[in-house]
Amino acid sequence: MVAGKNIFELKDFSFYYGDFLAVKSVNLGIEARKITAIIGPSGCGKSTLLRSLNRMNDLILTSRVEGEVLFHGVDIYRKDTDVIELRKRVGMVFQKPNPFPSSVYENVCYGPRIRGIKKKSQLDEIVENALVRADLWKEVKDKLHESGMSLSGGQMQRLCIARSLAQEPEVLLFDEPTSALDPISTANIENLLQELRKTITIVIVTHNMQQAARISDYTAFMYLGELIEFGETDTIFVNPYNKLTEEYITGRFG
Amino acid sequence: MRWQTKEKAVERIVSAVGLFSVIVLLLIGFFLFKEAFFIFYKIGVMKVLFGMAWYPTYEPPEFGMFPLIMGTVAVTILTSLLAIPLGIATAVYIAEVAHHRVKEILKPVIEMLASFPSVVLGFFGMVVVAPILSNWLSPILSEHIPELLRSTGIPLLSTTVADFFYDKLFIASGLNISTAALMLTARAIPVISSIAEDALTAVPRTYREASYSLGAGKWDTIWRVVIPSSVSGLSVAVILGIGTIVGETMIVLMVAGGAAVIPYWIFDAARPMPAAIAAEMAEAPFRSLHYHALFGIGAILFLITFGLSLLSDFISKKYRSVRIGEKI
Amino acid sequence: MTETFRDARAPIDALRKRGRNLTESFFLSLIRLLGSVGALILFAILFFVAYNGIHILSWEFITQPPLDAMTKGGIFPVIVGTVLLTMLCMIVVMPIGVTTAIFLSEYAKPGLLLKIVMMSIYTLAGVPSVVFGLFGLAVFVVTLNFGMSLLAGSLTLAIMVLPYIISTSEEALKAVPYSFKEASLACGATKWQTIRKVILPTALPGILTGAILGTAKVSGETAPIMFTAAAFFTTGLPRSVFEPVMALPYHIYVLATAGTHIEETRPIQYGTALTLIVLVLGMNLLGIILRSRQRKKRAW
Repeated sequence: MVAGKNIFELKDFSFYYGDFLAVKSVNLGIEARKITAIIGPSGCGKSTLLRSLNRMNDLILTSRVEGEVLFHGVDIYRKDTDVIELRKRVGMVFQKPNPFPSSVYENVCYGPRIRGIKKKSQLDEIVENALVRADLWKEVKDKLHESGMSLSGGQMQRLCIARSLAQEPEVLLFDEPTSALDPISTANIENLLQELRKTITIVIVTHNMQQAARISDYTAFMYLGELIEFGETDTIFVNPYNKLTEEYITGRFG
Repeated sequence: MRWQTKEKAVERIVSAVGLFSVIVLLLIGFFLFKEAFFIFYKIGVMKVLFGMAWYPTYEPPEFGMFPLIMGTVAVTILTSLLAIPLGIATAVYIAEVAHHRVKEILKPVIEMLASFPSVVLGFFGMVVVAPILSNWLSPILSEHIPELLRSTGIPLLSTTVADFFYDKLFIASGLNISTAALMLTARAIPVISSIAEDALTAVPRTYREASYSLGAGKWDTIWRVVIPSSVSGLSVAVILGIGTIVGETMIVLMVAGGAAVIPYWIFDAARPMPAAIAAEMAEAPFRSLHYHALFGIGAILFLITFGLSLLSDFISKKYRSVRIGEKI
Repeated sequence: MTETFRDARAPIDALRKRGRNLTESFFLSLIRLLGSVGALILFAILFFVAYNGIHILSWEFITQPPLDAMTKGGIFPVIVGTVLLTMLCMIVVMPIGVTTAIFLSEYAKPGLLLKIVMMSIYTLAGVPSVVFGLFGLAVFVVTLNFGMSLLAGSLTLAIMVLPYIISTSEEALKAVPYSFKEASLACGATKWQTIRKVILPTALPGILTGAILGTAKVSGETAPIMFTAAAFFTTGLPRSVFEPVMALPYHIYVLATAGTHIEETRPIQYGTALTLIVLVLGMNLLGIILRSRQRKKRAW
């Protein structure tokens, strides 16, 4: 893999909750404009790793990191990092859809607004754009001012994706985005991810291996905080190098 | 005795005691209105509520409560201006901003302030704040500053503004509604902040996460997500804070100045309703008109706080979550 | 459209913190400032009263009666009065408060009755203390003919603090895990046996902490006892519950506003205020520490 194509580069990265080592010395490159899936059994540190990429783990008081996470070659754990700018460029979509208790429109323009965009026409354009890209525009264009909580689960999740897209992020992190959704909504989201990949780098944590196999370009398998194997999805699923990986993806544990 | 019989008996007793609070509340209402009835019956409701003169011990006595009511209104408004921002800010500081070590200290400190005897707050207002206002602040505001302004010779500033300072910011006595408002603020901050803090803490973590993941800063998250989603809880905090201010007795009794006239300016003295009851009850002859009039004030206070309780209960049930768009 | 937008940004510099966060730090600092005012007030008053009162406090001051129209001597009967009022009040209120809490957490069924009870408690908590004083005057002093007395004052205080005791006890009872109850019932215990043998003992530390905090609240109250119990001066200690008593908060009020020797008794006022603060805040601090210990220790 050519280093220059990597938007993220993790070097000996470890993450602690208090004394508990949740991610052990991971080395990993994430290629731009591809989908990278992180799989592994529950508690293997995959969500922690994902949340480290835009420093959402900062919200936990006793956390501590070692090693580096390079974003465009810059360590995001440096003291002078602008976390806010980082999160704007590296957005995140959560497991459970979490729209704010306000209208669809207000949800989407939350980000642009905190960045000081006030002009109605400009906001309208951003909202429409983001909703179109999230494949939600057709469904909600007539109820932009209804509560975001009134949408169905799948729509809510796409609303959350639109809310992130309104920020024009370079990377979107998905933390098991479909685990709370029905199969049809899940399919919609998966199609959406394929579409988004053309412009955005995607990292997705999933415990659904078929999903990882279906949509991702690269797959990382984690176990007990360690990165066991990383490579092209086709290789990993067809011909895993490591015994553990093989046992996991063939369903022998996890 | 069969155990079923015993269980039934216990349940009856416990339930009966459980109704005690209801009975007490009814009794409070009953006795207040029973003793208050006579004054409204004898003098007339309108004349009592909107009468401009409170001279209960004159011959013939007058029982116009309007100046007392306005006294309460004035100190409540003044105090609210200080206590609501400070109380909410304290809650935001504790719940959202403070490092957890600061929080561990600040929380009990505010709780201690809540338990501070109000007579000590009144005492502090009398012996410290009032003299500072009349002996120190008043000369600066009404003498030194106008002098300085006049010497500049700038139009408007040396005339109108200087006169304003000279006329209006002279503090004749430190015992006035501003001093009362300052001390009442100390009383209301912990009440408002403890309820507001609960409201802020109840905002789901997912809202905060969503906001942070979109690159919002701490202040943006507080101002645009956390506060709007807890508006109903914050209003309850404000309403109950106002209830505390309206009913607080010792502070207004000791530092509001005691004059039963309508206060027109922030350095005027007043006699808010609770102060009138506390100051006069000892001298009012039993079952005299004066005695009944003081119960009348008590009944009004009871109705006000009862209404505020109902309102806050209604709000907390009705508006669980509020749209955040309105704020933006 | 997105392509050019994104690439135009210089990746490295953009991640450095810049002045853009000015509003952010301004408002956060403002919150820190305003949010500290309450604490500053507490410390200012504490410091002031302690500074002026500490040299008055002595063994004699707390063990001797007032002398020479209260310009000299101590405040022994005043302290005793407050302790008696508070103790009697707690003896009355605890059984009623805890039983009401048991009713609310174990027996009451959802419905109109429960709503009325809860609403009454909530409303009672918001009633101004001076109104409780009026109620005590009308009921205990006059109707029941207790006169201005220790008993009338304690009962008035008991009614005032009742909602607080109910809510702290209820919280303690509700913190008892359901599995404890299940285990007891599974052993064949009746509901009342379960409450008495399992739930109450487990909740006891929490209930007692509430009682301590309630005691702190009660001992600082002035308005409810003004017309029901408090005397400006009594000769010696009360001999029965039907006699009026002196009390710390009322003593401060009277000496500071109504006495004939306001300036001469100033040191006594400071001393009394300091005694009251030490008593109230001491108990309060004890309650807070106990409560946070219980919350941390709770193993279940």
